[in-house]
Amino acid sequence: MESTIVRAENYNAYFGDNHVVKDVNISINKNEVIAVMGPSGCGKTTFLRGINRMHELIPGATAKGKILLDGQNVYDMNAIYVRAKIGMVFQRPNPFPNLSIYENVIAGYLLNGIKVSKADKDVIVEKSLTSAALWKEVKDSLHKKGTFLSGGQQQRLCIARAIAMQPELILFDEPTSALDPISTSSVEALFHELKANYTLIIVTHNMQQAARVSDRTAFFYMGELVEFDDTKQMFTNPTDQRTQNYITGRFS
Amino acid sequence: MEAKIGTRNIKSIFFKGIIVFFAFLITVPLIIVLLYIIKQGASQINWRFLSHVPAPVGETGGGIINALVGSFIMVMLAAVVAIPVGMAAGIYLSENPRTRLAYYTGLCVDILQGVPSIVVGIVVYFWLVKPLGTFSALSGSAALAIMMLPIVIRSTEQTLKLLPDSLKEAALSLGVPYHRVILKVIVPCGFAGILSGITLSIARVIGETAPLLFTAFGNPYLSGSITKPMESLPHLIFTYATSPYDDWHNLAWGASFILLVFVLTLNIITKVMTRKWKVQL
Repeated sequence: MESTIVRAENYNAYFGDNHVVKDVNISINKNEVIAVMGPSGCGKTTFLRGINRMHELIPGATAKGKILLDGQNVYDMNAIYVRAKIGMVFQRPNPFPNLSIYENVIAGYLLNGIKVSKADKDVIVEKSLTSAALWKEVKDSLHKKGTFLSGGQQQRLCIARAIAMQPELILFDEPTSALDPISTSSVEALFHELKANYTLIIVTHNMQQAARVSDRTAFFYMGELVEFDDTKQMFTNPTDQRTQNYITGRFS
Repeated sequence: MEAKIGTRNIKSIFFKGIIVFFAFLITVPLIIVLLYIIKQGASQINWRFLSHVPAPVGETGGGIINALVGSFIMVMLAAVVAIPVGMAAGIYLSENPRTRLAYYTGLCVDILQGVPSIVVGIVVYFWLVKPLGTFSALSGSAALAIMMLPIVIRSTEQTLKLLPDSLKEAALSLGVPYHRVILKVIVPCGFAGILSGITLSIARVIGETAPLLFTAFGNPYLSGSITKPMESLPHLIFTYATSPYDDWHNLAWGASFILLVFVLTLNIITKVMTRKWKVQL
């Protein structure tokens, strides 16, 4: 039985007068890995940032329509609550430079002033780092600053930080575009494992990556959701001419 | 071509020579001033100098405890007011650079920075000294606080502006409310820079004489009351150096030396702290 976790209904996003995301309707199921791809400037990142209401933080940015998270419109909820419930990993690894690796993982609790006992913290840190496939590499240097890690390790630390808040849904905004190929493959491998417990939405401009990691793929073009289908289907037999053109590399 | 490269090399050696020479030249007056103050002042320093009030005319000995205590109280009082206000304004300017308020605030800060210190003194004289009917340490602190503000504001703003947006987004995406993002992430990450601005502003105002001339005025006795006139190091130097007595001149040299050591120490502390607390981005 598949159940919907996120559904966008006539979702529109703007930067001032610039209409960036146009009438998007999409329904995403639990424990799915969704790739969102499309050329630069197609609105894929803006759509992603609309889901956890990060979009509106940019001056002049507005949004219309609904995004339902477990049936509740996120625009009717408190933005801070929405962001705490949805994890997000950014293009560039952004661990907190003033915090240690340990503190970075529980940053969601630390910075929100949520009291957690030392024993519980230890459990959260170990579990999150294990899920992010980083525990073995950092378990002896938990109290070093997170910024001493390599780029790929930092990105996995950011994933651990998102996991630690026990979100149902994690958004990835081109999570590997700043990483080298080896780090990229380690992060990609992680997606497969995370799928068991979380729903992942991954924005990528890398088609191969979309093909490798996702169950279903959404193709955005000029702010519209052109096609949303099983990844295999989309890459072998796209229904829309624009998708076909993009996949075959006629534009990028 | 070969010959040309030869002349080019000579030109660049010549040019390099000139900049090295001037870089060296500007250190000379500084070193001479420092050596002279040390020569004149260091011999004055003893326990009596640091623990007694100045001696009256005709008596030898005496110290500058009243000025040490006065400077300390007034600068601390000024810092307590100027640092939170300055940091808040600096945070606002770095967070909302494009608003109209930020534009005018920035303009005011620039103008305030350029206001001669004597003018700040006279303004405080009319605002505080006249209505209260007396010179006081409080009005002296107010003048110093006004002098500190632009430095604290600009250093906070500049430091925080250098922090990447991704840092703020990381915290916001965890559902951290805005005030906590600022207090727990942004300010701690820029702490070294803010701190160096604070110590610099203290080093700056501790040597200010003009704003204190007609606010704190000066006091030959040891006073801890902020509603009464109070002595300060630069003011003591000013009054005693312009007096006709040799003993008083020596006192002024000693006080200059102390002031110099103070400013130097503050600068060194700033350097060390900045290095220690610098957050590697």
